[in-house]
Amino acid sequence: MKKHLIRIIISSLIYAIAFLVPSDILWLHLALFLISYIIIGGDVIARALANIKNGNVFDENFLMGIATIGAFLVGEFEEGVAVMLFYQVGELFQDYAVRQSRKSIADLMDIRPDYANVKRENELVRVDPEDVKIGDIMVIKPGEKVPLDGIVIEGNSMLNTSALTGESVPRDIEPGNDILSGCINMNGLITARVTKEFEESTVSKILDLVENASNKKSNSEKFITKFARYYTPTVVIIAVILAILPPILFKGETFSDWAYRALSFLVVSCPCALVISIPLSFFGGIGGASRKGILVKGSNYLEALAKTEIVVFDKTGTLTQGVFNVQEIKPENISKDLLLEYAAYVESFSTHPISLSLKRSYHKEIDNRRISEVMEIPGHGVTAIVDGKKVIAGNSKLMEQEGISCYQGEVIGTIVHVAVDHVYAGYIVIADEIKIDAAKAILNLKSSHIKETVMLTGDNRITAKKVADILGISKAYWELLPTDKVEKLEELLKQKTEKGKLVFVGDGLNDAPVLARADIGIAMGGLGSDAAIEAADIVIMTDEPSKIATAIKISQKTLRIANQNAIFAIGIKIGVLILSAAGYASMWAAVFADVGVTFIAILNAFRALNVKNL
Amino acid sequence: MKKTFKLENLGCANCAAKMENAICKLEGVSNATVNFMTTKMVIEADEDKMEQIIPEAEKIVKKIEPYVVVKKA
Repeated sequence: MKKHLIRIIISSLIYAIAFLVPSDILWLHLALFLISYIIIGGDVIARALANIKNGNVFDENFLMGIATIGAFLVGEFEEGVAVMLFYQVGELFQDYAVRQSRKSIADLMDIRPDYANVKRENELVRVDPEDVKIGDIMVIKPGEKVPLDGIVIEGNSMLNTSALTGESVPRDIEPGNDILSGCINMNGLITARVTKEFEESTVSKILDLVENASNKKSNSEKFITKFARYYTPTVVIIAVILAILPPILFKGETFSDWAYRALSFLVVSCPCALVISIPLSFFGGIGGASRKGILVKGSNYLEALAKTEIVVFDKTGTLTQGVFNVQEIKPENISKDLLLEYAAYVESFSTHPISLSLKRSYHKEIDNRRISEVMEIPGHGVTAIVDGKKVIAGNSKLMEQEGISCYQGEVIGTIVHVAVDHVYAGYIVIADEIKIDAAKAILNLKSSHIKETVMLTGDNRITAKKVADILGISKAYWELLPTDKVEKLEELLKQKTEKGKLVFVGDGLNDAPVLARADIGIAMGGLGSDAAIEAADIVIMTDEPSKIATAIKISQKTLRIANQNAIFAIGIKIGVLILSAAGYASMWAAVFADVGVTFIAILNAFRALNVKNL
Repeated sequence: MKKTFKLENLGCANCAAKMENAICKLEGVSNATVNFMTTKMVIEADEDKMEQIIPEAEKIVKKIEPYVVVKKA
């Protein structure tokens, strides 16, 4: 690049001197221009010749060579050199812009760990992460990146996961916790056992996804490549016609004038600005999204996301925590603690999420000797003998069967009635909590002009309605089995317009068929979950549903930039073509329409990388 | 099977598009991409034909941009 700059400077100096030489010494004048031209354009001509030998005629070098040599031949010496100079300056800028964007992409990918400290025969050795095997013991010092996925066996620390999740709040870790490669250890010394090889580790998977995402091309990219394939030959053919026909057909038109116009045409015929700026916009958008902890698996998905009309959410685990908790304890004639104790005991052998939440809420150890004759009645509840008393815990159907009258009101969540020795003792309400940013997520979606938000759930009507109301979701469907969800989605797909897209958001675990059926499937909480990453088109690394609106905003911005670039580049090129055919535009304008436009388009595409305020 | 290469000195986006097109048309190649921004070339092809495809692909790259160096990534 420095060489390039020096050549430009020397050539411009000689070019300037040529103007100082009195123009009646024609040979000196011409010689100086020629020297200046060779210095600045020699490599272009050499490359053009090499390419012709390879059977590649219409490349940029050839077009520039022909145009400038042509300018010499029609007697426009100054212009021939100047255009080449201008072209090279443009190339320099373009080169710089490409280098900068490659660099910022490389920075983005700078989450790859360079080494791992591994214990080998009681000594700590620094090795390439690729050479580490499952079961090896690695040591991560403060400030170092976690090189491979593993499980902590010693040490407490805080991990910065922002490179993976975009989340700035550090995560506390202690022995027994899983740690993911790519996170940065902030303070303590951690010893961990490797659980995945480097190739399979989180960091490798994420890098692979982001790098290859731009290989799945969007429609606008496909359009541009196709356009470019026809554009160059068409312009070249018109240029030839322009050079030959008018001077023959019309009297008084000189060959050199029309040849000059044709040469300008050739300069504009390079499609580089188009071919580079649109993929770069998408690349920037995908890179920017990954900074926010949003993994987009292809440019095509990012493009589709910008056209979202309907967003369908799965409730449990997506809008709600997916963790059941005791919300209410309503005893009758006994104490709250005793009611919870009976419930926890009677349910203590079950692994049902509801039983687990009761045990969690009870806090104390369960003494197995106090309980006997446990009987689980599927779909109803459990009965057992606790401290010699017969305890029944379950839904209202179970109470009915046992002939016990119980509370009949409706509650949000699941109700567990308890009876002790056939006397009603009250009920406990267990519910899933709504995520903190779920309401914000729906609100942001509405402000991004999403037509409809829908919630699907296997839960009952009351819970579904309540959650939908709190969050401001326009439609909710309840009591759906997994297969019903696919059917509902089919129905919703029919409701959108032809161009609009339907997004389904789930946890990626139980809803793979629905994720696959939607136009775009988004999985939440992808960090550390290979299944979610596998099933979805877009993965939100954290548990925040508000990131969906962020992703849509990023996609809209990216598409806007890509469209601007396409319109700008095609517009300027066609404008300059028309002007130069009419004889109003000089070759300068033509060079601008080539390299100038490319440079500006790259700079514009660069903006896609900036997602700070989205 | 999938193989990735680094194309050093890849200078022009249109050339990358041309390479991609030509390599895709090679026999046995199911998909190929030449990414101008990451300067990476990914070739997907039948395992038994890969040996022949790689030099062919390299030839195409050299033909379109003679200054490019193809390296294993």
